[in-house]
Amino acid sequence: MSTDPYVLRVNGGDHQVPDAYLGESLLWVLRERLGLPGSKNACEEGECGSCSVQVDGELVCSCLVLAAAAVGREITTIEGIAPGGGLADVQRAFVEAGAVQCGFCTPGLLMAVDTLLDDLPDDGSDPDDLTVREAISGNLCRCTGYGRILEAVSIAADIRRGGRT
Amino acid sequence: MTIARTVDDACAALAERPDALLLAGGTDLMVGVNRGQVRFDDVVVLDRVDELRGWRREGDELVLGAGLTYAEMVRGEIPTLVPALAQAARTVGSPQIRNAGTLGGNVATSSPAGDTLPVLTALDATIDLRSSQDTRQLPISRFVTGVKQNALEPGELIEAVRVPVLDGPQEFLKVGTRNAMVISVVSLALVVDRSGRNVRVGLGTVSPVPLRAVEAEAHVGGCIDWDTGSVPDTADVDRFAALVAGAARPIDDHRGTAAYRSHAVGVLARRALLRAFPGSAP
Amino acid sequence: MTDTRIEQRAPRIGESAPRPDGIPKVDGSFTFSSDLWHDRMLWGGTLRSPHPSARIRSIDIGPAVAVAGVYAVLTATDVPGNPDYGLEHVDQPVLATDVVRYEGEPVAIVAADHPEAVRLALDAIVVDYELTAPLVDPGKAESSDPIHPDGNLIRRIHLSHGDQDVVGEVVVEGTYEVGMQDQAFLGPESGLAVPAEDGGVDLFIATQWLHGDRDQVAACLGIEPDLVRLTLAGVGGAFGAREDLSLHVHLCLLALYTRRPVKMVYSREESFHGHVHRHPARMWYRHHADRAGNLVRVEARLLLDGGAYASSSSAVIANATCFAAGPYRIPSADIEGVVVRTNNPPCGAMRGFGAVQTCIGHEAQMDRLATALGTDPVELRMQNVLAPGDRLLTGQVITGTAPVAEVLGTCADHPSAATLPSDPMSLPGGAGRTTDPEHVRRGEAVALGFKNLLFSEGFDDYSSAICRLEDGIATVTCACAEVGQGFVTLAQQITREVLGVDDVVLAPASTATVGSAGSTSASRQTWMSGGAVQAACEEVRTTLLTRIAAEHGVDPDELVLADGRVMSLACGLEIDLAEATAEPVESEVEFHHAPTSALDENGQGDAHVSFAFSAHRAIVDVDRDLGLVKVVELTTSQDVGRVLNPLQAVGQLEGGAAQGVGLAVMEEVQVLDGRIRNASFTDYLVPTALDMPPVEIAALVEEPEPGAPFGAKGIGESPSITSTAAVVAAIRAATDLDLTHVPVRPTDIALAEA
Repeated sequence: MSTDPYVLRVNGGDHQVPDAYLGESLLWVLRERLGLPGSKNACEEGECGSCSVQVDGELVCSCLVLAAAAVGREITTIEGIAPGGGLADVQRAFVEAGAVQCGFCTPGLLMAVDTLLDDLPDDGSDPDDLTVREAISGNLCRCTGYGRILEAVSIAADIRRGGRT
Repeated sequence: MTIARTVDDACAALAERPDALLLAGGTDLMVGVNRGQVRFDDVVVLDRVDELRGWRREGDELVLGAGLTYAEMVRGEIPTLVPALAQAARTVGSPQIRNAGTLGGNVATSSPAGDTLPVLTALDATIDLRSSQDTRQLPISRFVTGVKQNALEPGELIEAVRVPVLDGPQEFLKVGTRNAMVISVVSLALVVDRSGRNVRVGLGTVSPVPLRAVEAEAHVGGCIDWDTGSVPDTADVDRFAALVAGAARPIDDHRGTAAYRSHAVGVLARRALLRAFPGSAP
Repeated sequence: MTDTRIEQRAPRIGESAPRPDGIPKVDGSFTFSSDLWHDRMLWGGTLRSPHPSARIRSIDIGPAVAVAGVYAVLTATDVPGNPDYGLEHVDQPVLATDVVRYEGEPVAIVAADHPEAVRLALDAIVVDYELTAPLVDPGKAESSDPIHPDGNLIRRIHLSHGDQDVVGEVVVEGTYEVGMQDQAFLGPESGLAVPAEDGGVDLFIATQWLHGDRDQVAACLGIEPDLVRLTLAGVGGAFGAREDLSLHVHLCLLALYTRRPVKMVYSREESFHGHVHRHPARMWYRHHADRAGNLVRVEARLLLDGGAYASSSSAVIANATCFAAGPYRIPSADIEGVVVRTNNPPCGAMRGFGAVQTCIGHEAQMDRLATALGTDPVELRMQNVLAPGDRLLTGQVITGTAPVAEVLGTCADHPSAATLPSDPMSLPGGAGRTTDPEHVRRGEAVALGFKNLLFSEGFDDYSSAICRLEDGIATVTCACAEVGQGFVTLAQQITREVLGVDDVVLAPASTATVGSAGSTSASRQTWMSGGAVQAACEEVRTTLLTRIAAEHGVDPDELVLADGRVMSLACGLEIDLAEATAEPVESEVEFHHAPTSALDENGQGDAHVSFAFSAHRAIVDVDRDLGLVKVVELTTSQDVGRVLNPLQAVGQLEGGAAQGVGLAVMEEVQVLDGRIRNASFTDYLVPTALDMPPVEIAALVEEPEPGAPFGAKGIGESPSITSTAAVVAAIRAATDLDLTHVPVRPTDIALAEA
């Protein structure tokens, strides 16, 4: 039942995963084997988004990725989105906007918003309300009612466009 | 465990170890694994097989790779070529699920609530199956054999799904009790083939296998004014909706009652028809 | 719109301070209870009953013990102390002994070296059940054989107020049903227990009440409370569901047995079985008014299903009964509130605590009454609203603030920003493309409600806090459970306000360092633990200023503490606070609220400390044929006493409303024959960003509440009380249907008799 040792590339570094159970999800391996518990475990059935990570730049639920099958992929987690030592624009915006309450959904939402802002059109326009809501519709938040999160997205979009620093 | 790079790789691995699980997007399989309901010793991973990715046009047919993700179905030309498929794909799960989940996976899971299945049913899609020994094709109606059951043989995988490119409007409508990220309570796909002068209707979540509303199709096919693109007589629209509702064989479950499903699928049928033939009497 | 900009300097009371835990929560470093990790750690798991009602003939753990990697398999016989626990009634077994009373009741626990080994061991335990017919209809509970030695009636309150012979000129009657709501916090139940050298155990856990848990855990372990040390781990939401024990005792048993640290994390499915839910309710009402629209009498019969164990049912039914008729002046009432035991999932605390269900009932009645009288529903409410000096149905006179008319008026009169939907995604049905604009009917309605703040009925409620000021830095220690609500922010703001310092350190919340803070529930922590922190800081200030005054021979009243300095305006004295507190000053206080009394045999008495009022206006679009609803806009006004942190206040109002929207249109734990049919986030649906409308805040009504720190009322629960009632009423307005079941299901609309 256990796998051969394998290597996952997470946040730009290679991580050995020795002697794992074959059925372990990427979420579990990140959290319990690699010391990266920032990705959260709210449902483990792809219905809450709190485990969201980027795999080769695509936003996915890490709970639905078989860890051993992610060998060779570039995996980015919440621990890897900030430039060295500081906070990423989306992280600053979430704090500033009051988008964080209990914080359990926050890492997954940040990954979703980061992906959204990465994919913004080049024409300088901000994503409209429905686009933003659809982009985060896979991330359940039970505390905020999403109001401050939408505000944070707007702030982060502004920062990313260089509107403010 | 095999991370396949080619379809041949995958088929060879399956031939050697027919009990191995096939893993594509993981969006269904991993739910069972996480719950401890699915245990496995071996898996063939398909998500890096380039041949399964993407799609191509062959004449009047699209060959959609089994590894085509829902997100890919919503982008590019697919919304123009097979609008109902793109519309269905957009209703699947969340952005995260749409980035990972695949057309082949939806077909292979063969759930009554599989969102692309009513579309594939309405389009009379063909499933391309392949093993190390053989290739074969099955129409979707013969591929899905029951609730989460299908004709896939050990050692076999889904290589592609073939759908026709039709001249005519297409509609996919799905009822859920949330505005996003929701499993279908009932769904309906309606495709119009102007050159064949017919309308085809696939129903989802109202029977163990996806269903064609053949009586309704036959009825409405004879009522359409193809020159104006309308159904002139309101009674025919009513009759169509009633026949669709009558075709449904739904059950009561925690997502909805049979009575509601029969009612709702009739409502969806009427709306889909009126959207496809906007000149009709409402 | 409330100004929610964050201040750049260290913010004081009334300003939008940022959360001190904000940065760790956005960079992924904040440690939630499921993130805990320890060398040599084992994994725990729970075997649960698949049956809602059965006798246990035997349990064979042998095959489980034999599974590789398993270190412990424990059953009820391994519980050394009290076999039962409970918040108000000690009636719930730590592990089932001879019977199971609900689907999901814990029967055995396992510790092993990997979660997969835990699963295999749980599968290997053989339990021989003799199935018995479950009692699932709360209406039959009192006439059925008892399913528990304590009987099937948990509590009956008969409230009789005023002249019982009054009959109104206009009478409306209605029956309403509210389904079971789940708190659906995102962070599943989880924790880590570490056995200690002294025979005790350290438990790191997500909870709402550390000390309340500690006392129950210690009793079950049969050891002194001091030997059970609970420390708050990061809490991924609570909303009432963490007020009862879940895995606490199990973790400690496994850790003490194996002498190894043990971690346990519930799956989402297990979480649905592992905590209490909001009580389902059946409510019958009869409202009497005179022809001029004055309420003269209300009769009601309330039946709550408590499920298999009591939890906080006694208090929930008290709230439901006391607030059964809403914030209206009513001279005569006859209300019977009953909560019973069944073999359904246990129910207990959830945000709004009894007042949510009755608000749905009384507001539906007010709308019916308005129809019967031919009057405007807002005007009818306005005509009857409570005001200071009025009596509640319990006979209690409102001595504090009650700006009910202002709350209602500002909400109802607020201009709407709602536009007609253009994108199909914003129509009912959303991404499913079910609905065209011509299928939509819009409805609008207002709901008004209220609830008590703090604990009631004579409970001697308190919170404890320690403030230490040293080298100019204040350290605050309080066991208040931060569950996301932002107490940590307020504690810093209060400390800065009182002591004039910028640097405020919050010590970890633990039972080992400070007394109880009470529960993070009942909208009480801003008042209670905020009050404790304020009082502790004030004592420190007084002590410090007295000492400095003595040292410098000045009058202490001349001294002020501000901007990190001790100053006297009279004599020009100015001392840096760091220097002044080189010798530390520390104070510990226990803060109690004003005493309350029990309810008498007629449900009369001064049972409550204070009340908070709120109103919501909902605008909805309904697809009548499919029964699909899109909530377009919510507008709210709330009685808040005083806003201590505008940003956090807005967050509470928006978040509470989202839970209300969920209950109105999608959230219901479906229980059939005692079994939950939708124990997953696939099928228990909570609103996504595409379901939640913007929440317009018409007014945060600030009338400082006497006795409350800085005049601030608790604000957490009100948004969940009136939002559901408003949305449901708006759906009624759009459809002209009675819609007596909440949540409103598509079939209720689509298949309703016209």
